[in-house]
Amino acid sequence: MGECLSLESYGYRGELVALLKKANVSVYDRIEVKTSDGFVFQGILMPKPELSAPYIIVLKLDNGYNIGVAIDSSTEIHLIEKGKLSQPTPPKASLKIREDLPIVSILGTGGTIASRVDYKTGAVYPAFTVEDLYSLVPELSEISRLRMELLFNIFSEDMTPAYWKVIAEKVAKHIEEGVDGVVIAHGTDTMGYTAAALSFALRNLPVPVVLVGAQRSSDRPSSDAALNLIGAVSVAAKAPFAEVVVVMHGETSDSFCLAHRGTKVRKCHTSRRDAFRSINAKPLAKIIGDTIKMLTNDYLPRDKKRELKVMSDFDEKVALVKTFPGMTPDLIDTLIDKGYHGIVIEGTGLGHAPRSILSSIKRAIDEGIAVVMTSQCIWGRINMNVYRRGVELLKMGVIPGEDMLPETALVKLMWVLAQTRDLKEVRRLMLTNIAGELNPRTIHSHYPPVEV
Amino acid sequence: MKLDYRALGLKVGLEMHQQLSTKHKLFCNCPLVLRQAAPQITFSRRLRPTPSELGEVDPAALFEFKRGRVYVYESYDDNVCLVEHDEEPPHEMNPEAIEIALEVALMLNARPIDEIHVMRKVVIDGSNTTGFQRTAIIALGGYVDDIEGRIPIQTICLEEDAARKIRESEKEVVYRLDRLGFPLIEIATAPVIYSPEQTERVAYKIGQILRLTGRVRRGLGTIRQDLNISIRGGAKIEIKGVQRLDLLAKIVKYEVMRQVNLLKIKDELISRGVKEDDIVSEFYDVSHIFRHTKSKVIRRALSKGGVVLALKLPKYAGLLGFEIQPSRRFGTELSDYARFWGGVGGIFHTDELPAYGISGEEVRKLKSELSCNESDCIVLVADKEERSRDALEAVIKRAIMALYGVPEETRGYNPDGTTHYSRPRPGAARMYPETDIRPIRITIEWIKEISEKLPEPLDVKLKKFVERYHLSKELAQQMIHSYRLDLFEKLVEKFSKVSPTIIAVTLEQTLKSLAREGIPIDNISDEHLEELFDLLNKGIIAKEAIPIILEHVANNPRKSIMNLMKELNLRALSINELEEMIDNLLKTNESLIKRLGERAWQPLMGMIMKQVRGRIDGRIVAETLKRKLSKLLKET
Repeated sequence: MGECLSLESYGYRGELVALLKKANVSVYDRIEVKTSDGFVFQGILMPKPELSAPYIIVLKLDNGYNIGVAIDSSTEIHLIEKGKLSQPTPPKASLKIREDLPIVSILGTGGTIASRVDYKTGAVYPAFTVEDLYSLVPELSEISRLRMELLFNIFSEDMTPAYWKVIAEKVAKHIEEGVDGVVIAHGTDTMGYTAAALSFALRNLPVPVVLVGAQRSSDRPSSDAALNLIGAVSVAAKAPFAEVVVVMHGETSDSFCLAHRGTKVRKCHTSRRDAFRSINAKPLAKIIGDTIKMLTNDYLPRDKKRELKVMSDFDEKVALVKTFPGMTPDLIDTLIDKGYHGIVIEGTGLGHAPRSILSSIKRAIDEGIAVVMTSQCIWGRINMNVYRRGVELLKMGVIPGEDMLPETALVKLMWVLAQTRDLKEVRRLMLTNIAGELNPRTIHSHYPPVEV
Repeated sequence: MKLDYRALGLKVGLEMHQQLSTKHKLFCNCPLVLRQAAPQITFSRRLRPTPSELGEVDPAALFEFKRGRVYVYESYDDNVCLVEHDEEPPHEMNPEAIEIALEVALMLNARPIDEIHVMRKVVIDGSNTTGFQRTAIIALGGYVDDIEGRIPIQTICLEEDAARKIRESEKEVVYRLDRLGFPLIEIATAPVIYSPEQTERVAYKIGQILRLTGRVRRGLGTIRQDLNISIRGGAKIEIKGVQRLDLLAKIVKYEVMRQVNLLKIKDELISRGVKEDDIVSEFYDVSHIFRHTKSKVIRRALSKGGVVLALKLPKYAGLLGFEIQPSRRFGTELSDYARFWGGVGGIFHTDELPAYGISGEEVRKLKSELSCNESDCIVLVADKEERSRDALEAVIKRAIMALYGVPEETRGYNPDGTTHYSRPRPGAARMYPETDIRPIRITIEWIKEISEKLPEPLDVKLKKFVERYHLSKELAQQMIHSYRLDLFEKLVEKFSKVSPTIIAVTLEQTLKSLAREGIPIDNISDEHLEELFDLLNKGIIAKEAIPIILEHVANNPRKSIMNLMKELNLRALSINELEEMIDNLLKTNESLIKRLGERAWQPLMGMIMKQVRGRIDGRIVAETLKRKLSKLLKET
């Protein structure tokens, strides 16, 4: 940060920039503004938020409040004092970490799992160092010796299969270096997809790989980040399983976290802390503080001697298509014409699609495109033998996705198609349970009850 | 104690917080409804103090966090949503609330700002689920005129009200979320108020302007005042959340008194030659002295495995018993610290002993054990050892502060106008932008629109009350200054068949005389009054019934007036019904009438009034009875 950036980079545009420049003013300078009605404001020029109206400059007053002041050509702007912005140096943690604690690597992919606020400027600084992380969440120092690496810094919605590959390979590198578990800090929007991708890419895991995020940003005192991070690091350090999991709040209270299997987890709420749910499956474990309580015996046990195999290629020519009343065949035809290799259909009910797209589905399969059926019901298993439409689709060669989440089916198809384009082999792999994505039994308690 | 406020250099700043009456909350679509019923939803959270760039954390907040206290939130589905749960981002700022705030700003001659930027003010006592309060400046500048001069307004803010604290224990604090998010307007004056009376006047004046909008909430807890009070040589003391206007002057007076007396204590300590180093943080376990004590507090503490710790304050004798506010001594201040930082019930000190079951013999042993002389004072705490230590550490801190005069504090008020320590004054507000809410442009057109429909000024209202509503001059004056001014106007507007005088008399006089009789009129809500005048408007009740109905409403606030009326048989009588009742009366009292003739009117009137009181105008009863009686006498 240090040096002053241009006014434009702080959100100021057009004439405002000219007016501010004329007054020799840049962001974080202390200025006095006399508006045309004779009112005088004094404060520090602040960055301008994206949605602030044109011709408004933002001032921080001495009482800490920000206000917007309208500027026109008759406004007088005077520089009072040049400001300077220096990135705060985090307090040095004088912590002694026990040498016998497990080692956990935390890999950053974007967003901030821990951060501090500069109340002078309102800027939020993410924790980039282990020391800073310990100082913000001191409980971590009792659980493990941490290592940290920032892989990249992107919005979760901008995640791609190419990034999955980078993550998978970095995780493998850390595991090969002998860590006891890996935590991946990830934006929550596409965390479920990445969890599924890593579940397929990391074969024969010796230690747990944990994705973690926050539904409330870490700068606020009420953030869920700290509890989630404590849960995630605990799982990575000492869970008895060696699987890819998502660890997030288990309920709205700051009481416990749940570890969800990477292929069975879905973000089911836009904003709640407990947005992540295991679908058609039970969570693997409940984490209270740093104590792990297993909820199932069905898992791959931790074994540091097991040799990890990385299969991190994904075929990006795969689409996920949701059917809907009135759907026209051109959506499918376009994918065929654009040379797609696979299509996952999120059909209705037990796995159905409207008559209007049947011929296009048939055409796709005839042209060697793998078509997999899942259900937009989210919960439950598809069964294409019950109604005629299902039977018709099966006859065409549509692959039934069983109880797989549509998102997991998409990721799996990308992963399978990177290995083979042979439809017979694709079908065999799609119907083989590889990473817990297919569950032969659907049970009552998998579907959450409604409070009435 | 006579206080010359000017000479003492008193400076008071007033911060008024008033809930606005909007359709929904400030940042979501929940209605503004408080609930008494048991909560439907309960959840718990912890708040983490985030160190700022300087590593500073609010000391009281950090203390709370280290105590490991959990915040428990009670909630309902019908008046609280995920926004208050901190489970959904805030919605847009309620434009209705902004409009009211702008209206108030214009009435206070303030300058609306051009674009609103909502801030997050970090508050981690749990009263906000987010850990911060959302607040924004709406206008700057402005003033109110007082007879002793113009009082500048510094800021006018719009902010969300906090959750209601229901109870707290060592392990948790329980809040109810219904109030969280109510829109509040905050009006801060410059600290240029110079007397207790002026404080009250200015608060009254601002309150009146707020009510003039007709768009603020009324009733207990809807308006809260913070006071900043200092005298020369004293310190800035913040007194939070005063709900009663009539207490303001007293609070200011008592606070001045407290600061004056603390300065006297400081002078006395200096003249006694007390130095900071004299006060040693050395605690004596004196439990053995109290093995057979008659003090219930000590016995209880010891039986629970606690200890009695003693601390010597050298040369402090007599000062702990020195009264600094009515029935509050310097020892009470030390006790407040012990309670806050140690979580103990309180302290004992030798200025007040022997007493409370502690015997003279025990005090003598205590003094000899700590080798005290006459000029020393001993402070005792009986509780678990760790708590007792924390408590005495805090006592030492406070005792040392006395050497320097008045410590800066945030204080709470007691019902008698005295105050108690509630926490250290927080450092500079820790604020940063609320990035979930887009800035809101206040355009010149918007301001123009609002200024065109500002409420009429008071003199215009007064004229209207006399000329159009036909109130007497005196009653109109009373109404203009009434706390229920806005309600009066609303009721007059709504119920055209009820004379405005009846409404004004009810609001200004009937309620007051009921209150004088000790009837709990705080239980009478606006909704009750509205129902009352609705029934009057429809002719279902007679105006004579108003005092009786209100008395019963106050005692049974949960019942509807319609139901109470039925129970009390207060339905209005028609003339026909009255005549029939009088005919019956005359028939059953033939002999009386024969005996007394015209003079029978008086006892008969008494009898009939017993039956019809509150159901019809007494004058009509008297006239009808007179008419019927003389007709009967003529006939016979």
